[in-house]
Amino acid sequence: MKLKTALLATALTSVAFAASAQEVTVMSWGGSYTKSQVEAYHKPFTSETGIAINSVDSDNPATPIKAQVEAGNVTVDVADVEFSDAVRLCDEGLLEEIDLSMLPAAPDGTSAADDFIEGALQDCAVANIVWSTVFAYNKDNNPTAPDSIDDFFNTAGFPGKRGVRKSAKATLEMALMADGVPAAEVYEVLDTDEGVDRAFAKLDSIKADIVWWEAGAQPPQLLADGEVVMSTAYNGRIFNAAIAENQPLEVVWDGQILDFDLFVIPKGAPNKEEALKFIAFSTDTQRLADQASWISYGPARKSSGALVGKYSDGITDMAPHMPTAAKNLGNALVNNFEFWVDKDAELNERFNAWLAK
Amino acid sequence: MALPTHASTLERVWHYTYLTICALIFLFLIAPILIVIPLSFNAEPYFTFTEKMLKFDPTGFSTRWYDLLLTFGMNEPDAVRDSSWWADAWNNAAWINAAKNSIIIGFFATVIATTLGTVAALGLSRPEMPGRRIIMAILISPMIVPIIITATGLFFFYSSISIQDWGIPYLGVILAHATLGIPFVIITVTATLVGFDHSLTRAAANMGASPARTFFKVQMPLILPGVISGALFAFVTSFDEVVVVLFVGGLDEQTIPRQMWNGIREQISPAILSVATILVIISIALLTVVELLRRRSEKLRGMSPQ
Amino acid sequence: MLTTVGGKPLKEALAHAQSRAKRRAFLLVLPLLAFIVVSFIFPIGQMLYKSVSNTGFTISKDFGTGVSTPIMTNLAEWFEENPQGTDPDETAYAALAADLLVLRELKAPGQAGTRINYELSGSRSMFTKAARKAKKLAPPFKESIIDLDEDWADPSLWQAMRTASSAVTVNFYLAALDRKRADDGSVEMVPENRQVYVTLFKRTLILSLMITVICFFLAFPIAHLMATLPMRKSNLLMILVLLPFWTSLLVRTTSWMIVLQSQGVLNDAMVATGILADENRIQMMYNQTGTVIAMTHILLPFMVLPLYSVMSMINPSYVRAARSMGATSWTAFRRIYFPQTVPGIGAGALLVFILSVGYYITPALVGGADGQLISNLIAFHMTKSLNWSLAAALAAILLGAVLLLYWLYDRLIGIDNLKLG
Repeated sequence: MKLKTALLATALTSVAFAASAQEVTVMSWGGSYTKSQVEAYHKPFTSETGIAINSVDSDNPATPIKAQVEAGNVTVDVADVEFSDAVRLCDEGLLEEIDLSMLPAAPDGTSAADDFIEGALQDCAVANIVWSTVFAYNKDNNPTAPDSIDDFFNTAGFPGKRGVRKSAKATLEMALMADGVPAAEVYEVLDTDEGVDRAFAKLDSIKADIVWWEAGAQPPQLLADGEVVMSTAYNGRIFNAAIAENQPLEVVWDGQILDFDLFVIPKGAPNKEEALKFIAFSTDTQRLADQASWISYGPARKSSGALVGKYSDGITDMAPHMPTAAKNLGNALVNNFEFWVDKDAELNERFNAWLAK
Repeated sequence: MALPTHASTLERVWHYTYLTICALIFLFLIAPILIVIPLSFNAEPYFTFTEKMLKFDPTGFSTRWYDLLLTFGMNEPDAVRDSSWWADAWNNAAWINAAKNSIIIGFFATVIATTLGTVAALGLSRPEMPGRRIIMAILISPMIVPIIITATGLFFFYSSISIQDWGIPYLGVILAHATLGIPFVIITVTATLVGFDHSLTRAAANMGASPARTFFKVQMPLILPGVISGALFAFVTSFDEVVVVLFVGGLDEQTIPRQMWNGIREQISPAILSVATILVIISIALLTVVELLRRRSEKLRGMSPQ
Repeated sequence: MLTTVGGKPLKEALAHAQSRAKRRAFLLVLPLLAFIVVSFIFPIGQMLYKSVSNTGFTISKDFGTGVSTPIMTNLAEWFEENPQGTDPDETAYAALAADLLVLRELKAPGQAGTRINYELSGSRSMFTKAARKAKKLAPPFKESIIDLDEDWADPSLWQAMRTASSAVTVNFYLAALDRKRADDGSVEMVPENRQVYVTLFKRTLILSLMITVICFFLAFPIAHLMATLPMRKSNLLMILVLLPFWTSLLVRTTSWMIVLQSQGVLNDAMVATGILADENRIQMMYNQTGTVIAMTHILLPFMVLPLYSVMSMINPSYVRAARSMGATSWTAFRRIYFPQTVPGIGAGALLVFILSVGYYITPALVGGADGQLISNLIAFHMTKSLNWSLAAALAAILLGAVLLLYWLYDRLIGIDNLKLG
């Protein structure tokens, strides 16, 4: 017994020691997305600076960091959040401001401010990727291939369960697009009570067939297991399941919703200096291009575009799988961050009441 | 329940129907637990029996998911399996780290719960104890109050005293788990004390033993089985607890149930089933220990085996 | 008078010894009691306080420095000077404009708007938008603010701001029961498309009741069988009950997931045996069915154990006597055996019911959208929507219900009689 206690005490002190070493805690979305960041950012960062990265995952990092800051219990140094969340959290004083001048210039000397895509740099946030919410299907379980957002909501023509993210954002937009609202007018319609009712009415038509998902890793799994025949998903997750794991999954780009993911530092982060270093390192031209060789998300710097080549298997061209590829932009919606900054709380409340019925 | 010889046909039919119903209920109880064991050896990443498995074709079975438990999270999972590979696994494999955390948290929570709980049970079982009923109700309440409420309360409480800045890893979770384990210790130890003959302690005191000596030489050996099974309950409670860990545990305080929770929600691969299998085997072992303790306790107290 | 050796009256000495024994017994319990009070009772009390107090519209805290600043002070003053029912005049709008400017500086419009949004859905964006334009506001403030958004003239909004301008409120309890304050301060239901909590409380109670009843019907026959079998055989069967009891909750939930999935063991077996066509696989998971099946399995031992302990004490000669006096086996069971098992049924039913109303893990994993219980909503408000006051109010109501049942349990059965395995 004494020996056991001694062993445990040693184990405990070694853990305590490990926690006090120089380290940055980075919170991201889990699964193949986190993996792409570990390969492209974390590993080179640690080998260059000696600062270890403690990588943690969440379904949506914006909520845990908000809870942490408000409860006064911040343990995350860097979080990867969606555009509207980055702006909203910044507005509410929950994020540290980031000095954008410390971001490195592009290799050709273009300053960071000019090199990043418009909107990618915010007071409290630096974008790393452009991603999109799409819907995908399992080729084995769909005799006829769906090719438009209407088909996702057409359970008579395409019978079977649908996977949908348990969140108002993107879900309501897709419902409206399927209901015939042109992409350009979606937010205008959604800004009215009638528009919101219309979106929910469209969702009602397939509600009984929906399997809700929360973590980004779930849709490829649900599709591969045959639990659903189609699912909304983050495009990169489907790409990885299809290319890296050879699953019979296919993305439908019609009605895709483009968004940024940005790095932010929660207010009161324990290792702010290291966090800034990490962000500057990770969002330089080469790293952003590197990440695109692990997952099909577009880099947020223009100068990275030319460096994007093949997937890490060395065979697959990344370009056609990017949400920003010209052929994929036929009927695409760019997420209106201002709309969601203001309406996120209200629409999610309505969404949850609707969900529980 | 033997069928009497004079039973009518109707009674016979009913009797066998009844036995069938009981068999089905026992099947309902036990089948879902046992089904994970063969499936965890599935060579394919599916959750049903493949044809090869049903034909007992050896190629339908594999231990790849157990291997994945070991390699998941390692820096160099594909390296040659020499001593440095094992060191890598020991330090970095996610499930091994989760197991370490679970054991550390469980151990300390159990020590706190068992010590405080046993001492309190001694007091509670004394006939002179004032306000016994209400105190007992308070001490058992952590078991009754929904865990989500406890977790919510502790989340605010720990934030308000910033427990994470105290420099003691796992402290919040350990204290919370100790609290949750206490009712089990109280229940099992007081149950052992119910059959305890208080004239024994008086006899010891009469013969000049100090209270401490009486406790260690007379009471302790008799209630030890109850204390150990209470401790086991407390340990299992902590080892199986996920809600409090999710709410108040630090991000790097991954325990086995929390790792399972993430695994089930995100990517329910047969690796989860191999963890489940290991846990089922552990629970069979624990069940055996508790059963042996119960028998020993009854023998010690001179009660007929139930 | 009898005295002790020391010359004290015996009665006094005895009383002295008694109180010393009492003290000693209490001292043994004290450390644990103190521990439970600090680590359990106090945190729950603190949480209950959150359910009646929300400073979202009164104090803004800078999360970097930890400094707290009062907000909406001008408006609070105006509310104090003007009783309920006063129409907001130019001074009210001027106060609002001044407060909006403060909000903008403190980066607090989101926080204040969120607080009002709890009372009046859809109003959060009004605050964030107005604060963004706060600097451009000029007298007459009433016109210029209503110009931004005509909803600023809405009496409901002013009622909501009046309520929120003091931190202490019972409105979160109203919200937890799908109710809100009307413009005149009376209580009314929220619009139909936002009602959710009463439905969920009801669903939680109904599902718990259903699970309790199913548990009873499953537990009764096997407890009876074990109680009547010879010891050796019943001990063996007991292991089948105790193994699930000792197996991790997550393991059992996982097992049910792989059994119930539409590509899972049960559906596969039915398809293979031809009972089901491949395209008609039954959805047994991610809905109420999944929740009920898995929770019944998990809670069944809690019903079997108390039933068994009562049944094994029942003397079989009563039933035999009834039979010998001409009762049919059904009558003997109904009139003689069953009444004697009632204490066990009570204990098991209350225990199962108490445990199931607070269940979280299993519904969260297999419940889908319509198998969610009230606990899942508490967790949602705790970790996702971050409406902590509402989470606390919901938790308080649930806690009240559980404590009531607990009190009932103690009254009827006595917690001393709680046994494990």
